[in-house]
Amino acid sequence: MPKEISISIRNLYKVFGAAPQDAMKHVLAGMSKAELMAGHGHVLGLCDINVDMHAGEITVIMGLSGSGKSTLIRHVNRLIEPTAGEIWVDGENVLEFGEDRLRQMRRMQMSMVFQHFALLPHRTVLQNTGMAQAVRGEGRAGYEKAAHEWLERVGLKGQGHQYPHQLSGGMKQRVGIARALTSNAPIMLMDEAFSALDPLIRTDMQDLLLELQQELRKTIVFISHDLDEALKLADHLVILKDGIVIQQGEPQEILLHPNDPYIVDFISDINRARVLRARSIMTPAVKAGHVSVSGEVDAEDTLETIISRSNGDTAHSYTVMGDGKPIGVLDMKTLVRALVPSSAANDGMRKRAT
Amino acid sequence: MATYDFLFDGLGLRAWCGEKGSSDGPMTMAELLARKKTGGAEDGFTADSIWNLPFPSLDELNRACAQFARTRDMTKSVENSFLGIKDGLKAVLDPLTQPLSWLLEGALYLFAATPWWLMIFFLATLAYVASKSVRLMAFVAGALLFLAFIDHYDYAMQTLSIIFVCAFLCVLLGVPIGIAMSRSDRMQRLMIPVLDMLQTLPTFVYLIPLIFLFSVTEPKLYGIAIILYAIVPVVRLTDLGIRLVDEEVIEAADAFGMTKRQKLFGVQIPLALPNIMAGVNQTIMMSLAMVVIASLVSAPGLGVLVLRGIRNLELGVGLVAGLGIVLLAVILDRVTKAALARVNASTSVGRH
Repeated sequence: MPKEISISIRNLYKVFGAAPQDAMKHVLAGMSKAELMAGHGHVLGLCDINVDMHAGEITVIMGLSGSGKSTLIRHVNRLIEPTAGEIWVDGENVLEFGEDRLRQMRRMQMSMVFQHFALLPHRTVLQNTGMAQAVRGEGRAGYEKAAHEWLERVGLKGQGHQYPHQLSGGMKQRVGIARALTSNAPIMLMDEAFSALDPLIRTDMQDLLLELQQELRKTIVFISHDLDEALKLADHLVILKDGIVIQQGEPQEILLHPNDPYIVDFISDINRARVLRARSIMTPAVKAGHVSVSGEVDAEDTLETIISRSNGDTAHSYTVMGDGKPIGVLDMKTLVRALVPSSAANDGMRKRAT
Repeated sequence: MATYDFLFDGLGLRAWCGEKGSSDGPMTMAELLARKKTGGAEDGFTADSIWNLPFPSLDELNRACAQFARTRDMTKSVENSFLGIKDGLKAVLDPLTQPLSWLLEGALYLFAATPWWLMIFFLATLAYVASKSVRLMAFVAGALLFLAFIDHYDYAMQTLSIIFVCAFLCVLLGVPIGIAMSRSDRMQRLMIPVLDMLQTLPTFVYLIPLIFLFSVTEPKLYGIAIILYAIVPVVRLTDLGIRLVDEEVIEAADAFGMTKRQKLFGVQIPLALPNIMAGVNQTIMMSLAMVVIASLVSAPGLGVLVLRGIRNLELGVGLVAGLGIVLLAVILDRVTKAALARVNASTSVGRH
């Protein structure tokens, strides 16, 4: 089923510096980031970015600090102007928008969640939650009902009269999410939304987001520097390094077939059992033939779940069920092999360094 | 023979200089003294030592060459050029600043005409509204009653009314200027030297050209001097306050599609308010400092008594008036600081 593309970024470049257009010529002629910095004093922030983000999916853009991920997300609503390229949102080129149309888009089509929450300290939680509506010109009566509902959904019932400085970090970010949801915009931009939170609270918030997403089906662009978080949330994962997309695709796919030593290093530290799912490593039913089967597992089950089902016995094999039908077979021996990081790890940068 | 004759002779400029020593202006005091010291000689030049070489100043060069103006002629011409533009400047500034005179006269009249008990009640209430502190209100009432008891009430009210008007106008003009500075780096670069100058010029220097421009009988004369002096902190701190607003909050305002106006009144000014209030506090204190000096140019109030104390060596009068000024300063400072603290508490930004 072809999914509708909501945001499409085409050949996007961003050069920071005094004369970006001049520096851009050198970039197109093939100059590298380091050469541009040394020779012309300009920073190549983003280089030839092409990403399609599907409607109703969570697209996670992952990279370390300085990789340009925050710069990239700010191009979508044009908080930062690109040096070259196109950004299409629901079939319209955002870069052709005038000031009024751009404001209209920011008000109606997009909302944003920030790393440090960015709540208005002089407004109550309720007023903050209704900020988008208030900006559109609605009075308190117009947004109060929706704001209360969303505050309740994110677990802040009865906190509407508080001021942001009276809340903890996790609660503030719940307000940030409630604010974005109250705006009722189909696209949500989340810039390292959970990075400033404690690990336990972060997990809570990720679960909350997934739970809300099950029902709301928003188009979410999520920025993260944490691979575990990215793998947990992403329908589509984009890995960014030094302003260049080095791999993008389905997260399981990236995990099993990393195409760059940088990614290999990245994924060698994660708990594969918790991230990999049955459907990614099973043998499809057509090829499987008849094997003795010890039970059924769901296609979306993580390997961790299956290991605990099997009590660690490698003799078992399971039928993998997708949408109520058997779609494949998973042998415990295959499972154990999948837990070992791919052989590519031997060629990884870390291996070479030692 | 003058020291620098050789210079003009050497350059062949003697003809251009004309007859030396032909300056027809009156003799300067320095010349007179120099002549006396050297026992009536035409000039004090002795070629024996380089230690005696005078600096080639205007006066010294004039002695060698009449084409050079003497320093006194230069200051005279500065004065003349100011007097030359004075009438034009006055024609523009006079009607423009007339409302200031009206405001000051009105405020002086209002403060004097209101019965003392009503005035003290009003000011104490104002202190309470600003600070929400009963103790501070009692202190304000007590201080004013004390000033009234020692017969300084009228003077204190005159001083206070001038401060109210001038500080109000400073905020009215200073906040928009500060906002303009925060929005444009160019405007900021332009304004900062002006603000620096206003802040560093000795206060008396404002008064000299103002006396020429306006009549000493007009209240706007001291009004302008006070405003020029006291407006600086509120402008600076408004600019600073708005520039210090958390960048992520500004991004959020943009991301949710706020217009510039919504952003200014809904985000920037409220978040800059603690800094703006600190500026207002400084502005009020500087108005008070200036209103005392402005008594030199007929500003009424406690400063007049201080001036009388200096002029007539009436030690007691000067000291008591000084105490009154200190009391007013403490009142104004405490009330505005308490208001500032309340603003701070309500907009305090949580730490990340």
